[in-house]
Amino acid sequence: MSTVALPEYVHHYHDPAHADDRSFVRKYIFSTDHKIIGIQFLFMSLTFLLIGGLLAMLIRWQLGWPGRPLPGGAVLGETRMPGGIMLPEFYNSLMTMHGTIMIFFAVMPLLVGVFANYLIPLQVGAPDMAFPRLNMASFWLAVVSGILMFAGFFVEAGHAAAGWTSYAPLSVVPEYSGVYNGQVLWTVSLIILGFSSLAGAVNYITTIINMRAPGMTLLRLPLPTWALFITSILILLAIPVLTGALILLLFDQVLGTGFFIPEMGGEPLLWQHMFWYFGHPEVYILILPSFGFVSEIIANGARKPVFGYTAMVLALAAIAFLGWIVWGHHMFQSGMNPMLGVGFMATTMVIAVPTAIKVFNWIGTLWQGNLHFHSPMLYSLAFVSMFVIGGFSGVFLASTPVDIPLHDTYFVVAHIHYVLFGGSLFGIFAALTYWFPKMFGRTMNERINKIHFALTFVFFNLTFFPMHELGVNGMLRRVYDYTQYALFQDLVDLNRFISLSAFALFASQLIYAANYIWSLGRGARASANPWRANSLEWTVPSPPPHGNFDSMPVVYRGPYEYSSPESEEDYLPQDAPPAEAPRPEPAPTFA
Amino acid sequence: MDWGFPENVSTFGADIDAAYGAIFYATALMFVIVQGLLVYCIIRFRRREGRKAVPIHGNTRLEILWTVVPFFGVMFIAYTSASVWLDIKSPDRMPEDAMELSVTAQQFEWSVTYPGADGQLATADDYSTRNELHIPVDRAVRLTLHAQDVIHSFYLPELRVKQDAVPGMEIPVWLQATATGEYTLGCAELCGLGHYRMRGTVNVYSQQEFDTWAAEEAAIASGAPASLPPVAAR
Repeated sequence: MSTVALPEYVHHYHDPAHADDRSFVRKYIFSTDHKIIGIQFLFMSLTFLLIGGLLAMLIRWQLGWPGRPLPGGAVLGETRMPGGIMLPEFYNSLMTMHGTIMIFFAVMPLLVGVFANYLIPLQVGAPDMAFPRLNMASFWLAVVSGILMFAGFFVEAGHAAAGWTSYAPLSVVPEYSGVYNGQVLWTVSLIILGFSSLAGAVNYITTIINMRAPGMTLLRLPLPTWALFITSILILLAIPVLTGALILLLFDQVLGTGFFIPEMGGEPLLWQHMFWYFGHPEVYILILPSFGFVSEIIANGARKPVFGYTAMVLALAAIAFLGWIVWGHHMFQSGMNPMLGVGFMATTMVIAVPTAIKVFNWIGTLWQGNLHFHSPMLYSLAFVSMFVIGGFSGVFLASTPVDIPLHDTYFVVAHIHYVLFGGSLFGIFAALTYWFPKMFGRTMNERINKIHFALTFVFFNLTFFPMHELGVNGMLRRVYDYTQYALFQDLVDLNRFISLSAFALFASQLIYAANYIWSLGRGARASANPWRANSLEWTVPSPPPHGNFDSMPVVYRGPYEYSSPESEEDYLPQDAPPAEAPRPEPAPTFA
Repeated sequence: MDWGFPENVSTFGADIDAAYGAIFYATALMFVIVQGLLVYCIIRFRRREGRKAVPIHGNTRLEILWTVVPFFGVMFIAYTSASVWLDIKSPDRMPEDAMELSVTAQQFEWSVTYPGADGQLATADDYSTRNELHIPVDRAVRLTLHAQDVIHSFYLPELRVKQDAVPGMEIPVWLQATATGEYTLGCAELCGLGHYRMRGTVNVYSQQEFDTWAAEEAAIASGAPASLPPVAAR
């Protein structure tokens, strides 16, 4: 039997003979354990998800009942909603912060902060991250950033109000925006968050490359880990561009430089190019991890191997690559040379190809399966269905001439919410539910989850599908009072319908939140492998001990050997030795 | 077919609407296929006791099929879109003999400058209107967009025009109205507190009406009686 060279960190694996003697603070607060850090990110980002949702409810109030006092709204103060009537400056802050919080403090940390941290070491068979202290720093930087961002609501003249895209010069010159410290806090907070993301990305990449268990070749990695690996590379390359742009913006805001101010020789479009050079890869940062989760869960629910595993990996890589050369499609109407628009249209259209590959492979995974409709499976199927709609609306916007009437209208709002809520967030619900037993050792109430799924699916569509119609009618986004326009006055009824649906959608989320919190303490105890899944995290107890594995696992096959003829059961764990000739394969081939 | 867009009154608007319609049909077809397959799988392959899923790992031919077909599909859309786009936005393709106007955006109003009797902008007989764009029907108009403070976006929904106005840049826009009437002028780029009320009207006149209007405006601007020759007479 050939010996396996044990890496240096092997002593970090869980030793059942020794009790975990870390103090409470080391164990749960300033913890270096990737699982605790993942759970810390979880509660931070779920809090921000709730805040972001509440901001959206206020926005929907104003759009459904423009200028009507919100009952009880006066508590928000004279500078925001005097007598319950929303001021335009508050509307602009709400809209800016809804986008900022949802993207940077809810969806991105939910996908990456939570699941990259929690899943990667478990799925590759490692005891922890490569750089546990850097990992801890990553979380606490995010906390500092989050506190600064939240503090912006309480400074004089209100929070940032230049949109989550913060186009200069509006975001630079206080006389133009009416916002002073809020805009600076926004910039500083995102600079700090950038360092947090970078620390995380370096960690995830290093862990996946260096710390895979013996036999865990790259093409045996579960797809969530693949997706998070590629996402981390995008983060590593994109975030520095944003941070650089933000530092220039901060200089313009507080030091009196003029990088983006034309009177001082600056260039407003430079901000847009830098922002979207980050911003479009960011869009894929916000969806690729969900691709991974959903691939995993659909295979599990269908009891079938992922159809075209290699094609799925290549499609992820292709989307990530193409994501770098499409940023200009956000700038078709910006005054950029129209010939550039043609080029960006072509590259943008090409992204539909790897996206189509993924969708067809998901359907292929269902084909001739034995579909178990557990709640993570329902969320995942909804993800595929909703993401497809978001992809189709993307084709309209990618076509430069069709973008002329649709740009900056509610069609764009509909598109991004189909991708980011129908896509990313349904993927997050799937993942939160699927890995809940592993994370907390308990089970969520399945019936309540199914009710939540049904309500969310219905009210999501009732909220966001009609927005396409608003956009086609020309209704502009980021407008405090669209009834100023005679053209949009007959859209009030539809807006009111959307608002009511949105309120119901928000209320439905509280059902999930209640189930989640209740199950943390009261859910039925979960076994190690409740979904009868194959990847390594299901071979350890729920929740896994500090150090994860008692000894280094050895991997014999890919993660999706469901319904394999080799096994009596309809699943076959990655670490189960082959029936004949049980010998470990050589260590990972990736040097 | 009415796609739900506002009534179109511009020459190139029909091309935009047609491109929209083509993409609508193409994506509607794909929508039915993809969602249909999904629903079919969900019903046909739902869990049955004693059934074991068939462990298929993939199919290279299918992978090639669903890579190549979407590629040519979207490339066709991009190809047909490109010429419509360049006809609208490329300065090289804008009509030579267009009437020249200058539009300046600032918080929170649009001002339009007309060339006056000499047909030349930036001369003494220019005159301006605030939050009103007056143009003759069936005549190409070329506007140069300026912005004083922040980025705005020149938005004429019925004329299918949207173009950002960026401080420090001069951006050309052209349009040709196909029907007289009063239409919408708005700002499509968030420009601050008053963004929501930065709007105005487009008045499309017959050539005769326009000439009368222009003469009056020129007269008011110069302080002389309204008897000067029409601005747009050629």
